[in-house]
Amino acid sequence: MKWSGEHAVAAVLRVIAFSSLASLLLITIFIFKEGVPFLFSHGAAHFLLSSRWDPMAGEFGVLAMIVASLVVTFGAMVVGAPLGIAGAVFLNEFAPRWVARVLKPAIELLAGIPSVVFGFIGVMVLAPLIRNHLGGPGLSVLCASVILGVMILPTVMSISIDALASVPNSFREGALALGATRWQSVHMVVLKAARSGIVAAVVLGLGRAVGETMAVIMVAGNTVRIPISILDPVRTLTANIAIEMGHATGAHRDALFATGVVLFLIIMALNGIALGAMKRGAR
Amino acid sequence: MRVRRQLEQAVAVAALGGATLLAVVVLIFILVFVLSKGLRIVTLDFLFQAPRDMGRAGGIFPALVGSIILPLAAVCIALPAGVGTAVYLAEYTAEGRLTRLIRTGTDCLAGIPSILFGLFGFIFFVTVMGMGWSLLAGALTLAIMVLPTIIRTSEEAIRSVPRSYREVSYSLGATRWETVWKVVLPSALPGIVTGVMLSVGRCVGETAAVIFTAGVALRIPMSAFDSVRTLAVHFYILAREGISMENAYGTAAVLVLAVLLVNTVSYGLMHRFIARRER
Amino acid sequence: MNRSAKIRIRNLNADIGGARVLKNITLDVPACSITSVIGPAGSGKTVLLRTLNRLNDLLPGFSASGEVRVDDIDVLSPECDVVALRRRVGMVFALPVPLPLSIFDNLAYGPRLAGIRQRERLYEIVEDSLKAAFLWEEVKDRLHTSAMRLSGGQQQRLCLARVLAMAPDVVLLDEPCSGLDPISTARIEEALTELKSRYTIMLVTNNTKQAARVSDTTVFLLMGELVETGPTDRIFIKPADPRTDAYVMGKFG
Repeated sequence: MKWSGEHAVAAVLRVIAFSSLASLLLITIFIFKEGVPFLFSHGAAHFLLSSRWDPMAGEFGVLAMIVASLVVTFGAMVVGAPLGIAGAVFLNEFAPRWVARVLKPAIELLAGIPSVVFGFIGVMVLAPLIRNHLGGPGLSVLCASVILGVMILPTVMSISIDALASVPNSFREGALALGATRWQSVHMVVLKAARSGIVAAVVLGLGRAVGETMAVIMVAGNTVRIPISILDPVRTLTANIAIEMGHATGAHRDALFATGVVLFLIIMALNGIALGAMKRGAR
Repeated sequence: MRVRRQLEQAVAVAALGGATLLAVVVLIFILVFVLSKGLRIVTLDFLFQAPRDMGRAGGIFPALVGSIILPLAAVCIALPAGVGTAVYLAEYTAEGRLTRLIRTGTDCLAGIPSILFGLFGFIFFVTVMGMGWSLLAGALTLAIMVLPTIIRTSEEAIRSVPRSYREVSYSLGATRWETVWKVVLPSALPGIVTGVMLSVGRCVGETAAVIFTAGVALRIPMSAFDSVRTLAVHFYILAREGISMENAYGTAAVLVLAVLLVNTVSYGLMHRFIARRER
Repeated sequence: MNRSAKIRIRNLNADIGGARVLKNITLDVPACSITSVIGPAGSGKTVLLRTLNRLNDLLPGFSASGEVRVDDIDVLSPECDVVALRRRVGMVFALPVPLPLSIFDNLAYGPRLAGIRQRERLYEIVEDSLKAAFLWEEVKDRLHTSAMRLSGGQQQRLCLARVLAMAPDVVLLDEPCSGLDPISTARIEEALTELKSRYTIMLVTNNTKQAARVSDTTVFLLMGELVETGPTDRIFIKPADPRTDAYVMGKFG
């Protein structure tokens, strides 16, 4: 009498276990279902290569937004990756135990601050600074890069620390035994050994930067044009979707879903690279 | 030569330490900025009164309620699905193609940005399933968003329950499900709760996925099909539409404190769980 | 065939991941007595024990063939009700494993699973089994405190009591005293000697002196093979096989 219950439970669990796969499938299907027909009817090449976005005139080209996303993300990497990796190296290799034990969770905690708050700080503090000292409207590539960089910093740092921590101590001891200073053992041996983990950390950070929406909407300026200087305002793919989705219909709405498809593909590619890098590192 | 190497090291460590300090300072600055400008707005009235004039005056009570109900609902949906998946992966199958497939799917799901969740939730729950902008649509969307977190933390917690507990349970005549329900899950509970709290923290701070699924109605929801606004969404609207900077700061302060509280509790739980495990 | 044999093993072969760990074991275990299983590490003693309560099912890559009977139960048959089998054949493991519950709940765990719910009945069972394991006096005032707070020796007696609470026919013990101090070891041996009048006891031990002290029958396993079995006195004083002699004299271990 116990066994029928057991079989039922096992069957139910088997079904439940597919929930994440099912969700992924649903998400992929529905976003592609709404976006891909648009790419076929309006031409994918035109969509991707035109920089003119004018829904009123039926013009849908996301080139400016792709460039914006790439530039802003690259900028975020320039800001966030060195700081994150430097912080990781410092906390894991040089800082005294108690410092690392306090700062690491503190930084991870602060990473929980919602993105809208980061965006708000960008608008209220950073944008005026840029406008007054460097020119331009303030809301710009530079502003978005800095804010995004600070947002991905905890992610990069946290995963880099894990990568560094998994380098066996024998590597460090071996280098020290050969007469190297701690710094030399770190940059000649440890960093090389942790390289794929750190690369994965950066790529994951990039993935988060590309996908970030709310903060970017608040600080990037949201003008649709290919940026010439870092003081120019831009609109990223994510911002484009979020800003116009509320009042878009028909072809306009389909175009936004198509933007979603492009974003989806970029993110999947980045995550794939990150996972590949992490697996290579684990070997 | 030796002096040069020592000098090099000193410079390097100073640079690294400086970078770390910079990162910490920036993050603390953000915290201090928001709290210093916002906390003075946060009074009991602010918290518990209804807003007036689209939020220009009055309090944030409905948004506060929304920020409590929506994450809770999302977790209530995600918890059985996530723990069930974790139990299946850890206790009911051996590692193989199927488990690797599920894990890859979960990792991919975890990498999807929140705007795409919002887009999906909008087209699937709000439109195709006909729920409209509602608490239900928002909860379902957020549930899918935090599902990978719950699966990961639950599976880790379950796997760290000592094998000997299971052996003892089986040797006393328990079936597999009885062993899971009576021994494994209770022992894994702290880890599972940590995952839950992390998920709640993420839901509270989430905006893009919520706006397009739960809507922006500034009322206390009476049914699952009512639209509801969360603190994050309320803050975003106040700030972006320029409705009231004062109230925006106040909302931000409450939001930040709530998220910090939830995350601190979950980190505390996690450390207690790790400490207990290593005993 | 020995009519008073509780456990009958015929031509038992067992493999783990393709490697043969038990080779053609044929053995009768007499009822209401203590049978010790001795032999060097890796000889298959634990595998043999775990085959009897089908705990080896948890081991990936395990397979067994032959016949194993506990009374009328065909243990290796796929139709065998494993849950019912495990209620009749209980096991005490090498390291004490109290469940993270109170002492009372540890002991009541098995009976509750078997459907016993009334409070008085459970208290009765708990008291009887704690007394049989010689633990009652020490814990009777704190039945509802955590079992994790007991000492190692107490925990192992708790594990013994937990098995006795199931009212089994057979009690299997896998090196139960390996982590315990001499006094706790003596207590457990005392309990076993008391219990053998009611239960069939099989005891795997690395300690040949313990086997000599406590058991009525001794089985010597070497590299998966049953070398010799017989009354303990005979095995230790005049073994038939030279390998038994060498092991018992401590020439290898």
